[in-house]
Amino acid sequence: MTTRIVELRRGILKKNDELAAGLRGRFETAGVLVLNLVSSPGTGKTAFLQRTLKELVTQGARAAALVGDLETDNDARRLAESGAPVRQINTHGICHLEAEMVGKHLDGWDLGKLDYLFIENVGNLVCPSSYDLGEKIRVALLSVTEGEDKPLKYPTMFNSADAAVITKIDIAEPCGFDRDTALRNINEIRPGIRIFETSSKTGAGMTEWLSFLAEERDRLSH
Amino acid sequence: MHELSIVSSIVDSVTETLAAYPGAKVKEVRLRVGVLASVIEDSLQFCYGIATEETPLEGSALVVKVLPVVAHCSGCAQDVEIESLMSFRCPRCKEPVSDLRQGRELEIESIEIDEVTETVYDDAHCGAAAGNPEEER
Repeated sequence: MTTRIVELRRGILKKNDELAAGLRGRFETAGVLVLNLVSSPGTGKTAFLQRTLKELVTQGARAAALVGDLETDNDARRLAESGAPVRQINTHGICHLEAEMVGKHLDGWDLGKLDYLFIENVGNLVCPSSYDLGEKIRVALLSVTEGEDKPLKYPTMFNSADAAVITKIDIAEPCGFDRDTALRNINEIRPGIRIFETSSKTGAGMTEWLSFLAEERDRLSH
Repeated sequence: MHELSIVSSIVDSVTETLAAYPGAKVKEVRLRVGVLASVIEDSLQFCYGIATEETPLEGSALVVKVLPVVAHCSGCAQDVEIESLMSFRCPRCKEPVSDLRQGRELEIESIEIDEVTETVYDDAHCGAAAGNPEEER
């Protein structure tokens, strides 16, 4: 017996990273803007996406969504009311989406005919941060009911985000939500990030959000 | 709690590498894990014992090297270590930093194995070896 050290220098999630890189290439070629929405359970990802899809469909934009949950297709049914094509991904116990699951659920969709593809991740602020899905923009959502220090508690997720969305601002006051502290905390973790303050119920902040989507979509084609 | 799937990926990767070293026994698997990798070492260790059972990695040690966040501060024109994950600011000039150079790593650095040394047997040697105990008696 002889002892030997074998250097590997290999990413543990290499398989996922490679699949995600492949997806990213497909998305870029097709010219579709892909966003990965992450938050805790109950932040209002589905309501926010429902409102976003509805507004986009009304504008005549071509949007689709994949929605991840451990079980049930309730969210897919809710989102499909917008008129956009929606598919449910059931992870059956897995706490995050992986690139392979996304790839499998794209079969039969002509990505070239889409302007936007939203991927609603499983509600979890820890695990999804490690898994690249090939998205262009990772959006971390936070509701006014969760506390202003959420970004400080989950820095790994908020630091990996490209945009942040604060949801349910229509109930900010009764919740005693301290807006300045929340904005400051997000900026401490991810300096300079774009932050949108929204209400899926009243539609507040949706104009800014939709303009951002349109700008990002335009940047793809140039 | 995605540590179990991470550990399963480690087992797959190492098993694949071992194909080049038939009969080798794994003593140690060394990881480099950034503090932003969303991985908890205790959970990794717990899952490692379970996931390596009845695999060539069974009984091996998992050694985790934790890497701090390193960011480039443009004001100071140098890479700086971020001490607290609650504030991404340069520890020298206190300006916010977003250009990260380290901290998201999640990789297998190396493995330590006991390799089977090939022994060339020839009849004469075997005969002599077999004969030795007799002679000692």
